[in-house]
Amino acid sequence: MSDSALSRVNLFDSRADHASVAVESPLAYSLQRSGAPAPSAASRVVLREQAFLGHLILRGGAIVLDEALREVLDTGLPGRPNTLSWDASGERSIQWLSPDEWLLIVPGGEAFAVERRLRERLADASFAIVDVSGGQTLLTLEGEAVPELLMKSVVYDVDPSHFAVGKGVNTVFAKATAIVRRSGETRWELVVRRSFADYCYRWLLDAGEEYAIGVER
Amino acid sequence: MFQIYCPYCEELREEEEFHPKGQAHIVRPADPEACSDEEWGDYLFFRDNPRGIHHEMWVHAVGCRKFFNVTRHTVSYAILETYKIGEQPSVTAEPSAGEAAASTADVRQGVRA
Repeated sequence: MSDSALSRVNLFDSRADHASVAVESPLAYSLQRSGAPAPSAASRVVLREQAFLGHLILRGGAIVLDEALREVLDTGLPGRPNTLSWDASGERSIQWLSPDEWLLIVPGGEAFAVERRLRERLADASFAIVDVSGGQTLLTLEGEAVPELLMKSVVYDVDPSHFAVGKGVNTVFAKATAIVRRSGETRWELVVRRSFADYCYRWLLDAGEEYAIGVER
Repeated sequence: MFQIYCPYCEELREEEEFHPKGQAHIVRPADPEACSDEEWGDYLFFRDNPRGIHHEMWVHAVGCRKFFNVTRHTVSYAILETYKIGEQPSVTAEPSAGEAAASTADVRQGVRA
């Protein structure tokens, strides 16, 4: 092995045997025990968990990472702070978290391959990639009352006129923290930590009761 | 609503997302071995407590998690500017009485109501 960065990193597929090992989403307990009202025609907010996606934290220089991402995923880093961009299929997203940190979300099972290709491409550059798929989960909120629901939950200004599509911020959510992103006109996303998932879920059910919130499973 | 401008996020964010981290621009002695106990003690433990302009470090704890500098007035609590780590403050002296009256409206934005 050459003395490249790749050879010094112990890289393994944390989901290699997922076919034989049962996996539970961070909301598995909540969906069983905290209730999951079915969406109805009156629902102005519909909640759904996008479980088992691949979440990768990329750290390093923006130019180096941007070039590597364009080669590997055919999409670059978002140019502005607090924004996110999607690839052509809309399945993979990259979000600015801090001047040297981005969150890459890819479809489930892809994280290992993407990480390895990025590491091969980045080689000796100064960078870090951490697979945090097991530590957080993505919730989507859809409906016209989502901004009202979020206004009760986060300190950030989520008025649609201020929070354009493609914006994403890390902010205080209830008494925890969450990443709030807007992926469409009436479609919003929350990235919550696994340890706070049940709390945030129950908060959303409680806050969304007046909008007849429904949970799609 | 009390908002602070984060120079890394490039927008005003809620106070709740930030933490103060003490005096800014403290330089570690280049050669600690050559310091007297008094010099080293000053560096480690003694901080300014001015009446007026004060340069502080804050961290955007629930956001980009970067440290940055704030110039704050310790009497009015007004935040006069925020700037990135490694940069130098542009506000280093109290405005004169005339300037202070003229800029009251701006200053109020950074004061807790």
